[in-house]
Amino acid sequence: MRHTITVLVENEFGVLSRVSGLFSGRGFNIDSLSVAPTNEDGISRMTIVTRGDEQIMEQISKQLNKLIDVIKVIDFTDESAIEREIALIKVTAEDESRAEVLRIVDIFRAKIIDVTPRSYTIEATGSPSKIDAILELLRPLGLKELVRTGPAAIGRGAKGWKG
Amino acid sequence: MKMNGARILLECLKLEGVDLVFGYPGGTVINLYDELFTFKEIRHILPRHEQAGVHAADGYARASGKVGVAIATSGPGATNTVTGIATAYMDSIPLVVITGQVPTPLIGNDAFQEADIIGITRPCTKHSFLVRDVKELATIVKKAFYIARSGRPGPVLIDFPKDVQIAVTEFKYPDTIEIRGYKPTVEGHPRQIEKAVGMLLTAQKPVIYVGGGVILGNASPELVELARKLNLPVTTTLMGLGSFPEDDPLSLGLLGMHGSYYANMAVSHTDLLVAVGARFDDRVTGKIATFAPHAKIIHIDVDPTSIKKNVRVDLPIVGDVRGVLAKMLKVVEMQVEKVADFRQSLQPWLTEIDEWKTKHPMFYKPSTSVIKPQFVIQKLRELSNPDAIVATDVGQHQMWTAQFFQFTRPRTLLTSGGLGTMGFGLPAAMGAQAAFPKRQVIAVCGDGGFQMNLQELATIVQNGLPVKICILNNNFLGMVRQWQELFFDKRYSQTCMELPIDFIKLAEAFGAKGFQATKPNEVAAVIKKGFKTPGPVIMEFKVAREEKVLPMVPAGASLTEMVLAS
Repeated sequence: MRHTITVLVENEFGVLSRVSGLFSGRGFNIDSLSVAPTNEDGISRMTIVTRGDEQIMEQISKQLNKLIDVIKVIDFTDESAIEREIALIKVTAEDESRAEVLRIVDIFRAKIIDVTPRSYTIEATGSPSKIDAILELLRPLGLKELVRTGPAAIGRGAKGWKG
Repeated sequence: MKMNGARILLECLKLEGVDLVFGYPGGTVINLYDELFTFKEIRHILPRHEQAGVHAADGYARASGKVGVAIATSGPGATNTVTGIATAYMDSIPLVVITGQVPTPLIGNDAFQEADIIGITRPCTKHSFLVRDVKELATIVKKAFYIARSGRPGPVLIDFPKDVQIAVTEFKYPDTIEIRGYKPTVEGHPRQIEKAVGMLLTAQKPVIYVGGGVILGNASPELVELARKLNLPVTTTLMGLGSFPEDDPLSLGLLGMHGSYYANMAVSHTDLLVAVGARFDDRVTGKIATFAPHAKIIHIDVDPTSIKKNVRVDLPIVGDVRGVLAKMLKVVEMQVEKVADFRQSLQPWLTEIDEWKTKHPMFYKPSTSVIKPQFVIQKLRELSNPDAIVATDVGQHQMWTAQFFQFTRPRTLLTSGGLGTMGFGLPAAMGAQAAFPKRQVIAVCGDGGFQMNLQELATIVQNGLPVKICILNNNFLGMVRQWQELFFDKRYSQTCMELPIDFIKLAEAFGAKGFQATKPNEVAAVIKKGFKTPGPVIMEFKVAREEKVLPMVPAGASLTEMVLAS
């Protein structure tokens, strides 16, 4: 099953390699990983999308917690978090397909951020499934290049991660 | 007071209670060694190879319970420590390893003797630090020692660039440190502990399965008390040997691949397995699907990742094993009547175990013409002091030692259980002897493993460490040969050492003494002579070449599918 895990880490030298090395060394999957500093001094936040059964997820969570630089691990279940990611999509847009691309962009409330006579570059933001959906519609028109950030996740409700 | 980084490191070590380090100088630690030259509070032993230096620090730590410290230079010095670090990591041994590093402006430039040792050792250290600013040094050292010895212990590496060793700052050792991401759970949950005792007192066929955690956590007295109070049979892993006296009637000895018939039968028939400081290693469980098939499992461990990693667990208790066992004892003590009934109720189970013990005791076929390796181990036990420390290499001799030495005290067996590192025995014995100059320290080696670190004979002789080295010489890499005999149709591919080594002359070349036994009736005399001769001694025993370690559970088979000695 797909899981989105948030890992709060010390913003220390080598912390990314400790986390990614843990996944590769123990044979855990990483579908995506994003990391950036937070509002708190010295703390960075990773969002990792991974897959595994209950036992594997428990191990992933425990093993992450075991790393000295890891401050907190949150394994979000589907309803407890909001996920957003950005995709930058370069799509072929010539003649009649130009209008079709624009329609799709409009429906998904995406943005055109670069234009040439033969292409559009689109910025789409949303849940990973929304990104999947727009890509599905654009793919037949000719995807030239795609970059996804991987999702960032935050818990629902008034509480911050410290509770 | 202002001082340079090199001096600060030594002051920190002193304040951490370090009185002995094993280290090897080189270009990027030359400043550190220059400070050491006049720093008399710390003794330094120079091994002949950095790997052995780390094994020695490891042996020192295993025998004494203190944190072992090793130093190496950058590049090849640092990479030579890797096997030593990985060995300590797998067995959860507290070490602080200090490596020199090229000056910070050169890091990443492929400088002379540069290696990314933090990157290389990342998967086999508990944690590591690169000291980039001399102002951080004291805090880093304090953190390193705290991390190494607390929770589930392990090796911590400090990578120490040359320019930081030279840089000067005000030295102040912090009184406390705060690591927000590291708060090991040491107190076992009281309700879980009560539940565990409840499960124990209703079990009909309980077994305690003890791992190295009981030794690392100094919980042997509590374990022995609990087992004796409740009449509980105890089996130990290789790492747990010594935590429960093997001459106690409740002892089942070793379990697993080369464990006793009765230990494996007991685990296969138990209805409640209490794992204490053990991690259900594949060499212990055999085929997981059929391991302890009738049992509920209670798992006590300080490391939450060990729990439910390999097997299902019915009742987990995360905490320091000593504290948890002590609390279990308290709960038990409040139920005197129940305990008396419980002890009674275990009689049929203990009888069943006794029958297994009688049916298939730990056994080998004695010989009057050729030396049986098991016989040497038994004689070593008989003729050595009760508090003798035994370090082993890895292979057949290691298993025979585990099966036949009969360990009765914790921290008397030093062996590479997890990583299975050949070449560990001699340097580990050296470290233990340095920790306890007056105790008898025996290195039990095969001829293969001994040759992996035999250069340490020089260190042992130079430092007057009276290690008694027992070589069980079968001129084979015996354990691999055994597998080839059993599973590869006796195709002895590259396991015969062919070239016979004159170990007696070798001992003499290093300034040690050497004695040899070639017949069974010479064994006792050689051991006696070896023990009586002052200083380091090699005792070489030409043993039965194709003797097998039995019983044996083939890899991947169930514990009940043992090949027994006939």
